[in-house]
Amino acid sequence: MEKITKEVYLKWYEDMLFWRKFEDKLAAVYIQQKVRGFLHLYNGQEAVLAGSLHAMDLSKDKMITAYRNHVQPIGMGVDPKKVMAELYGKATGTSQGLGGSMHIFAPEQGFYGGHGIVGGQIPLGAGLAFADKYFKRNAVTLCYMGDGAVRQGSLHETFNMAMNWKLPVVFICENNGYAMGTSVERTANHTDIWKLGLGYEMPCGPVDGMNPVKVAEAVHEAVERARRGDGPTFLEMKTYRYRGHSMSDAQHYRTKDEVEEYKKIDPINQVKEILLEKQYATEEEIEEMDQRVKDLVKECEKFAEESPYPEKNVMYDTVYEQEDYPFLPHKL
Amino acid sequence: MRTIQFREAVAEAMSEEMRTDDSIYLMGEEVAEYNGAYKASKGMLDEFGAERVIDTPIAELGFAGIGVGSAMNGNRPIIEFMTFNFALVGIDQIINNAAKMRQMSGGQLNIPIVFRGPTASAGQLAATHSQAFESWFANCPGLKVVVPSNPYDAKGLLKTAIRDDDPVIFMESEQMYGDKGEVPEGEYTIPLGVADIKREGTDVTIVSFGKIIKEAYKAADELAEEGISCEIIDLRTVRPMDHDAILTSVKKTNRLVILEEAWPFGNVATEIVYQVQAQAFDYLDAPIQKINTADTPAPYSPVLLEEWLPNKNDVIKAVKKVMYK
Ligand SMILES: Cc1ncc(C[n+]2csc(CCOP(=O)(O)OP(=O)(O)O)c2C)c(N)n1
Ligand SMILES: [Mg+2]
Repeated sequence: MEKITKEVYLKWYEDMLFWRKFEDKLAAVYIQQKVRGFLHLYNGQEAVLAGSLHAMDLSKDKMITAYRNHVQPIGMGVDPKKVMAELYGKATGTSQGLGGSMHIFAPEQGFYGGHGIVGGQIPLGAGLAFADKYFKRNAVTLCYMGDGAVRQGSLHETFNMAMNWKLPVVFICENNGYAMGTSVERTANHTDIWKLGLGYEMPCGPVDGMNPVKVAEAVHEAVERARRGDGPTFLEMKTYRYRGHSMSDAQHYRTKDEVEEYKKIDPINQVKEILLEKQYATEEEIEEMDQRVKDLVKECEKFAEESPYPEKNVMYDTVYEQEDYPFLPHKL
Repeated sequence: MRTIQFREAVAEAMSEEMRTDDSIYLMGEEVAEYNGAYKASKGMLDEFGAERVIDTPIAELGFAGIGVGSAMNGNRPIIEFMTFNFALVGIDQIINNAAKMRQMSGGQLNIPIVFRGPTASAGQLAATHSQAFESWFANCPGLKVVVPSNPYDAKGLLKTAIRDDDPVIFMESEQMYGDKGEVPEGEYTIPLGVADIKREGTDVTIVSFGKIIKEAYKAADELAEEGISCEIIDLRTVRPMDHDAILTSVKKTNRLVILEEAWPFGNVATEIVYQVQAQAFDYLDAPIQKINTADTPAPYSPVLLEEWLPNKNDVIKAVKKVMYK
């Protein structure tokens, strides 16, 4: 694995902070009804993404996840302005305003969505890996899912085939403790999600998902295994989301104290402490980064606000590859 | 009469039936401790306990099938899908097992089950979360399909659906759960397969069902000011369909507009069009008009969604077209 240098820590800090503030902004504009529908925020889980990216070869490796998906494409290199614009439903958005919050796509940067049906992306991730293996691209797919999604049949069917065919895929469960209001304890007779790999003899294990170093190490090992042709790995990232499931969630299923406990091991703070401790950055330099993050979030908001809405024909033009498809009329 | 919300009507129907029949249970994601993702089972865990109000993992194929299996062995399950979009994950159990079991066992095994949850669009939720599958389920022999549009109908129809000895698909809407309506305190039921004339009128028949019918009400109000009288028929049950109610009305008004929130290809409206032209061709004074969602997956952007979804203006245009106005 590439060494985790001062530069990496600096990047992690600024990236994770940006993701957090970017989504705080989304929450704010959601309340103003500029962004609608559901809004699932990544708040608290940033170390999983930061650590994973460190272990990837961004020139060819791929990523796919569920609907908690605003910041992953940014990490993969997508212009955050386009992600913000998508949530505003604007023509300049990643999907021209057609997908919205749950469906961000940016295949050019290796980000394959953005999937709203729980568990639906798990076979897709294996399918991406299938094609990479088929075409001998030596690339690896990172396929993410929630703790709720691992109970879907799609995971079990996919694990079996992915292992049998040694597909170059890393399955990563982001265990944030809850699927909406349902805690992990209430969905199975044991809570070690990583053990689901054992039945398929898939290499598997738990990872501290609040620490980007631990994440990077575990993902690196898994990515290398996949790249060698030795097949999939299943990692359970122990992480946490501070905010509700989506925007309307009274959160009666947990206590405020529990949330506060996790905030004590907040990934951004952990990295900030290292920056200061190891004297990788001074307080002033950190303030400079904070300011850059603020400015960039503002820029994204401005871009989204000022962008035009899509033309009506894109709703049709994007359905089929065929250009003159004869759609039925639906009204006069 | 007292006024309650749609979600309360749903909870009352389930609770009343569960009080009188121990074999009924409610199962689904977030139905128990969370009181329902949309609070349509509020208080039921407290009253009936965890053996009868059961939270599941996210595993639609599994719990739909467990529902069917238990119905083969004495239970009368109510299976909730958080929305019917997610029922697709479990649709094999509905179509291949629930709908087929009675016939292929030569009548030995009936499946008294209700699959319920919200259907169709609910704001800017985009392609995977805005689908209306009424016509898909209605296409399948062995199923009955119920789609109420107000709290009174929801309660009466759901009680009947639960008592029905065959599988019933019962479709609600996220956007209706907060709707208020008059619901009597006392016991009542509404039979399946019987449409309801929501407004009497003389000039044009509008057939609709589910939450989109509200656009027909708004259109009828505006048209009334112009002196056009609309008769609005709420199908309430899509399968079996109350063809008589539609035909009787069309024979009176001689004009028909159908409003359905669904893709336009081969939907509930096209079935009605076939029946009416076959049985009342000579009564029609104008070609039938149907209004649907656009022939595309639902878009996210507000400007596109507005174009995609039918509204009262579309109904007004269609009514005027069949009136040659
Ligand atoms: C097949 C399906 N069933 C139900 C839902 C509704 N739903 C959306 S998110 C969610 C919880 C998922 O939890 P988890 O997998 O832990 O992911 P997290 O939200 O914690 O990231 C549920 C039940 C859905 N979108 N798809
Ligand atoms: Mg979760």
